Amino acid sequence: MYFKKVLCTVSAVAMTAGVAQAADSLTIAIVNNGHMINMQTVAEAYTAETGVELKWVSLEEGVLREQVTSDTATGGGQYDIINIGMQEAPIWGAAGWIEPLNFGASYDVADILPAMRAGLSYEGQLYAAPFYGESSMVMYRKDLADAAGVTINDHDSWSRVKEAASAMHNPDAGVYGACLRGKPGWGDNMAFITTVVNSFGGAWFDADMRPALDTQMWADAVNFYVDLLGNYGPPGSEGNSFNEILALYNEGKCGLWIDATIAASFLSVDGVAYAQSPNAGNAVGANWLWAWAMAVPAGSPNAEAAMAFIEWATSKDYVQAVGNHPDFGWGSVPTGQRASTYAIPEFQAAAGFAAAEMAAIDSAAPAATALKPYIGVQFAAIPEFPEVGSAVAQEMAAALSGAKSVEDALADAQAAAVSIMEEAGY
Amino acid sequence: MAIVAQSSKFSTFGRPVLAWAVGLLFFFPIFWLFLTSFKTDADAVKPEYLLFFTPTLENYLNMTQNYDYWRFATNSVVTSVFATVFTLVVGIPAAYAMAFNPSRGTKDILMWMLSTKMLPAAAVLYPMTFLTKGLGLFDTHFLIILVLSLINLPIVVWMLFTYFKEIPKDIIEAGKMDGVNTWGEIKEILIPLAWGGIASTALLCFIFCWNEAYWTVRLTTTDAATLSKLIEGNRAPEGLFFGRLSAVSTAAIGPIVVLGWFCQKQLVQGLTFGAVK
Repeated sequence: MYFKKVLCTVSAVAMTAGVAQAADSLTIAIVNNGHMINMQTVAEAYTAETGVELKWVSLEEGVLREQVTSDTATGGGQYDIINIGMQEAPIWGAAGWIEPLNFGASYDVADILPAMRAGLSYEGQLYAAPFYGESSMVMYRKDLADAAGVTINDHDSWSRVKEAASAMHNPDAGVYGACLRGKPGWGDNMAFITTVVNSFGGAWFDADMRPALDTQMWADAVNFYVDLLGNYGPPGSEGNSFNEILALYNEGKCGLWIDATIAASFLSVDGVAYAQSPNAGNAVGANWLWAWAMAVPAGSPNAEAAMAFIEWATSKDYVQAVGNHPDFGWGSVPTGQRASTYAIPEFQAAAGFAAAEMAAIDSAAPAATALKPYIGVQFAAIPEFPEVGSAVAQEMAAALSGAKSVEDALADAQAAAVSIMEEAGY
Repeated sequence: MAIVAQSSKFSTFGRPVLAWAVGLLFFFPIFWLFLTSFKTDADAVKPEYLLFFTPTLENYLNMTQNYDYWRFATNSVVTSVFATVFTLVVGIPAAYAMAFNPSRGTKDILMWMLSTKMLPAAAVLYPMTFLTKGLGLFDTHFLIILVLSLINLPIVVWMLFTYFKEIPKDIIEAGKMDGVNTWGEIKEILIPLAWGGIASTALLCFIFCWNEAYWTVRLTTTDAATLSKLIEGNRAPEGLFFGRLSAVSTAAIGPIVVLGWFCQKQLVQGLTFGAVK
């Protein structure tokens, strides 16, 4: 009996010691954006409450991907928690590189927006918890649209959007009708172009996962994109991505901008209006879906403590903590992850874009369909996609700058995509 | 006669003006960076606040309070100093041997050393990651010092070799005749004679170590992370945080700019005249 007691006591102490050891510190790799940076301050309360020291490694998106991929692929160990996107989560989950996430009942998994849950899961199992999410939508200058006598409605046709861009376009006054991403990169120009292609009824790959850039839908979509941005976009658009356009928009130089919903929280000009993404007959996939999520690499020695932190950082309580924080407030809460956030009156009052953002995320469709045999809206959740997407992105930028015709660029892009996919064994 | 007068007029006025113009052109980005570091993120992107704005120390306070600047700065100093010392300790004897006791293979060895600089670093990223993790060296000062030393060794050996070649062999021979051993030759004769060249080589090596960003970003997480990693972590794809980024960049390049400013005479002398002219 005595022996049993001692054994229990020792076990309890050992377990406590184990937890305490695991909870000593956590190393967290994060992408450098506003929400993540704010988290470092908000999480001071977590450290005060639990005693867990948090070591933040903030990295630029490209470097983060590179470092987290090499760390995870080599068995992990450097990071206890990693920021990954929707492109990686299902692939890494399937490969066993990240731990499945199972939280307590109070976490309310059902509150996570269904599109986010689907995009971050593999075979129904959640592998990464969304910290914030985004879709894409139209942001436009209501004053310019009114003055030009045009309106932009939810799910408008592309031809009407082009008419609006044309009516607002006044380069002599420094105003360009449409500001869109042109900088080459699978997460840059191809994020937007893919939504245009989707809305024309196209997709990256056919049912046999053969690249489908030689289809009429791609030709129509890219011709439209080059025509719209070439004629009504700012000069040098092939070098513009989110930040460049954000600066232009805040200088009052853009009539309309179609981009990530998170852009709305950075806009400092007055009179911004929102509309759901346009399409050319097919609304499915016309707006993208992305999330920066938190995952635990397989092999993390502090997996239990890491999951506890993720449970806190992606919870409803965290949203409240940011909203009530003296340094931040309700305009700074991470959005796009939980339905309950959009029901908070203080948030609704602080974020005029809330309803439009929620509608965009809700309507995003990452699931595989008969039209596209892969998960993802503006990307395909397969390991080869970044390489394919980057190669095609260069060709699209060449078409936009006029260095190549759209036909030649698409032909070269198709050849590159076929070569990469064949080499990968498809 | 007129041509001579024109030429002298150019020398008197034209050259200084041209020199100032080029100097200001090169200095402008640093000046802009410095100015932007005292603006809020919102003001930093507004053209109307390009020169006239209400300065704030907010970015610097944020950097020291929330970003642990001093830890990154200490790591930069430690790794750069030790890597420079280590490189010189290996480089001086190597350059000495090649300059005063050349063999048939010396030229090829020098070319081979230089050719290692031509390999794209990205090509060996994954082997390096595997290797350093396997050896338990990832994110350690030792690894960063070793990597910085090896990266700069070819340039250092080449520079020192060039300076040492300027020293007449007879002086070394005379030392030998007086019974000085190899270590004595290096310590008593070579280093004092080539001091200017060694100093400018060390300075350049230190600058290269300080500015190195590829490996210091990729082979570290927290413990050995240098200022390059702090800058890298402040680049944001979504959001214009230029005030904050400028403050971090200014604080990262500040020490090396000041060092270069104070040592510019030695640096230029060493680079242009060699050690013993």
